[in-house]
Amino acid sequence: MTDSVKRAAETPEEPMPFAELGMKQDEYDRVKEILGRRPTGSELAIYSVMWSEHCSYKSSKVHLKQFASKAPKSEALLVGMGENAGVVDIGDGWAATFKIESHNHPSYVEPHQGAATGVGGIVRDIMSMGARPIAVMDALRFGAADAVDTRRVLPGVVEGISSYGNCLGLPNIGGEVAFDPCYLGNPLVNALCVGLLRKDQIKLATAPGPGNKVVLFGASTGPDGIGGASVLASATFEDESHAKRPAVQVGDPFMEKLLIECCLELYAADVVVGIQDLGAAGVSCATTELAAKGTGGMRVDLNLVPLRDPSLRPEEILMSESQERMMAVVRPDDIPAFMAICQKWDVPATVIGEVTDTGRLVMTWDGEVIVDIPPGTAADEGPVYERPYHEPSGQAALNADTPDRLERPADLRATLLQLLGSPNLASKEWVTSQYDRYVRSNTVLAQPADAGMLRISEAIEGAEPTTRGIALSTDGNGRYARLDPYAGAQLALAEAYRNVAVTGAKPLAVTNCLNFGSPEDPEVMWQFAEAVRGLADACRTLGVPVTGGNVSFYNQTGSTAIHPTPVVGVLGVIEDVARRVPTGFTAEGLKVVLLGETHEEFGGSEWAHVVHRHLGGLPPQADLEAEQALGTVLVEAARRGLLEGSHDLSDGGLAVALAESCLARGIGASVALSGEAFTDLFSESAARALVTVRPEAHEEFASLCARHEVPCYGLGTTGGTSLVVEGVFEVPVEELRETHSAALPALFN
Amino acid sequence: MSAARVGVVTFPGTLDDQDAARAVRLAGAEAVPLWHADHDLKGVDAVFLPGGFSYGDYLRCGAISRFAPLMEELIPAARAGLPVLGTCNGFQILCEAHLLPGALTRNASLHYVCRDQRVRIEQTATSWTNMFGQGQEIVLPIKHGEGRYVASDETLAALEAGGHVVVRYLGNPNGSLNDIAGIRNEAGNVVGLMPHPEHAVEELVGAPSTDGLGFFTSILKKLVNA
Repeated sequence: MTDSVKRAAETPEEPMPFAELGMKQDEYDRVKEILGRRPTGSELAIYSVMWSEHCSYKSSKVHLKQFASKAPKSEALLVGMGENAGVVDIGDGWAATFKIESHNHPSYVEPHQGAATGVGGIVRDIMSMGARPIAVMDALRFGAADAVDTRRVLPGVVEGISSYGNCLGLPNIGGEVAFDPCYLGNPLVNALCVGLLRKDQIKLATAPGPGNKVVLFGASTGPDGIGGASVLASATFEDESHAKRPAVQVGDPFMEKLLIECCLELYAADVVVGIQDLGAAGVSCATTELAAKGTGGMRVDLNLVPLRDPSLRPEEILMSESQERMMAVVRPDDIPAFMAICQKWDVPATVIGEVTDTGRLVMTWDGEVIVDIPPGTAADEGPVYERPYHEPSGQAALNADTPDRLERPADLRATLLQLLGSPNLASKEWVTSQYDRYVRSNTVLAQPADAGMLRISEAIEGAEPTTRGIALSTDGNGRYARLDPYAGAQLALAEAYRNVAVTGAKPLAVTNCLNFGSPEDPEVMWQFAEAVRGLADACRTLGVPVTGGNVSFYNQTGSTAIHPTPVVGVLGVIEDVARRVPTGFTAEGLKVVLLGETHEEFGGSEWAHVVHRHLGGLPPQADLEAEQALGTVLVEAARRGLLEGSHDLSDGGLAVALAESCLARGIGASVALSGEAFTDLFSESAARALVTVRPEAHEEFASLCARHEVPCYGLGTTGGTSLVVEGVFEVPVEELRETHSAALPALFN
Repeated sequence: MSAARVGVVTFPGTLDDQDAARAVRLAGAEAVPLWHADHDLKGVDAVFLPGGFSYGDYLRCGAISRFAPLMEELIPAARAGLPVLGTCNGFQILCEAHLLPGALTRNASLHYVCRDQRVRIEQTATSWTNMFGQGQEIVLPIKHGEGRYVASDETLAALEAGGHVVVRYLGNPNGSLNDIAGIRNEAGNVVGLMPHPEHAVEELVGAPSTDGLGFFTSILKKLVNA
């Protein structure tokens, strides 16, 4: 029997399964207070998904506010947080929109579909801003590389990203693959998408204009991921997680590709007033959010929703997370043109309701009213928690256990090869060769370059030419954040910022994916609060605003949380994409120059991790002023054409940066160190980069560095077939290559 | 004379059509968009069938596309001598349409592979390779999950004996029989390739090579001389 509003009013005492839907007693009481009666089953479905952690950010909201309150003044920011994705002015009338989002829990339960639908979801976020998606990236973290379950999860995740992203026709231009035992039961799959649009063509999720039609288009609705948002993403894994398999959605990249082309044609025809993608919480989320941001009311006939499974109940239709669906608000006069474009692309489209000025979201089923709520109460006025937090009890001891006690290596050659062949630093070609990095022919730089880079001029057919390009990098280091979440978040931002700057692009804006354990654990909540505070402070110092992002809580197995892992994406702009700086050594006879100061900093380092399985002390210092000065020098030097190649220094320090630079094109180098060899080679001090310059350009480059007070040390010259560190070691580039490229195939073939 | 007109076909799920059109323009020809649902070749002088996942390739790659309305026009035109180049999914469609023999199956590694691949031009007597030198070694990107060329022993023997193998891999990436990366029909007007010449036409973007341009300048030369 349909649980109608009328029936709910008549049966006020009927017990409702709010607890099974993840809702707390006081939250349920508030729903009753808002409605002045008990909710119907359909209304409960809407409130339970909209007020879930995943959709409402109820535990994180009070902290995330800092991204706005501390935001640096930026003329580039066109659309900030709170929309589907932020939009940034990149010059010449162009705008870029980008966002990173997690799909961690589904990717553990069903790696292939979990990762695939993660890509699909973020791409629809970008589409719904009015943009053409132009590239994707993925930041992936798995358990120990040799763990049995990693061999299930990693190949599945990579295949899911590969099959979905490749079929969609979006180049995959970078990202990360990292391993740590803490991610064994909670792999992190963070997907980023970037899109382009003309500045004056931004679309928003809003439903204004009473009488305008509400159109659901794309795939039909099935029983996918019902309750996924609240049950799957907000509950900690226990042993029975396999019982949740049906809760993971299944993706259809072909439909998504049609949706992209269809949406772009709809935008070009100017027949869309407002648009929203259907992600977590499906129809519930799209209708409440559109209505709340528009005139305030909407009427929907749920019987009109095209179903893949005709037995679905209204509650299930409201909660279904079937993929590849969008909802648009369309003027009645434009409906024929809208439908014709959908038909051209074989995309099913159905008018399911219309915008009203009643201030109520009203839904009917078989002629009875089953939902009658003020939409803003579900979309915007969810619960807000000030979760208690305190420093973890073992934090002081962890910080006191510094790497000073670790035995320094006698054989630095062996240490380099050991690091270079370790899973975190080894070549990721086994993964990235499964991704199409060339489609659309705008890829200027892609993995293993420090940042992905795309030209803009030809990304959208018929657009006015520009010489500009955009660069993107994502970075994060869970070990650093475990030792100091405040500094760890800043170091993640600093590295992404640096990775963008070394290609010659000026960092402009930030997106983030905050992966943490349970917010109900005060020690995890402390990590979260510190990380957000650190990131917000660093964004202000570096002058790059946060444009949006995503929080993923409950990444823990039992009571053991993952390392706090803020992953930060930075978008930058290069004025003339032909001036991009490639990664590594590009020719013989160039001067090799180290920028930045090296201190003895081994806390959380790859060396401590790989050689001693040690995690303790403090991470490297995050010197943001130095980071900014370094970025300024790199961007200006690229603009003047002074740099032949570059590479950032991060995990594994100078030694690994030198080795990777040699591997880029098989060109060796001979360098000399000035300080203590082990620290010079393996310390992970931030705000450093390696560049190569033509000998005749060195003087101009050195004076540029001096002007910005960036320390600049000539180390040697490129050339030959070996990496020679004078008086320390010599390794043939071929040996570096074998060590670097053998590790992942040996583990996963 | 007016510029040569090269049609670039878009099926639902085609991905490399913009890339192919750009390569056609860079070579100096006019790119004419052709839509799968039209019975209309728009009087083009040659046709490029680009890569992608037409109709999602949920059945067998290219198996549905061969029945598209446009293909009903293209198949007889190709048999009558219209130059046609199919790359990747386009090659798969040409095989499904029986304009070329054999089939493309799942890579031996069972993984999709995207890499810059060294190949050798084995046959310059085609509409699409006449600007290359016989035996010339070039670099083109490959990106496919189902690029392993297979055919019966008789077909393979006939391809080899007739000089119908156009491009061969140097370092076989997918288990293709006889290292075959591309073949032509008897007349030499229809060529299928797994590699993507359209992604190797500019210094700034794509593969670190501009070797792909030769396929596009070849068809121009062929059309100008025709």
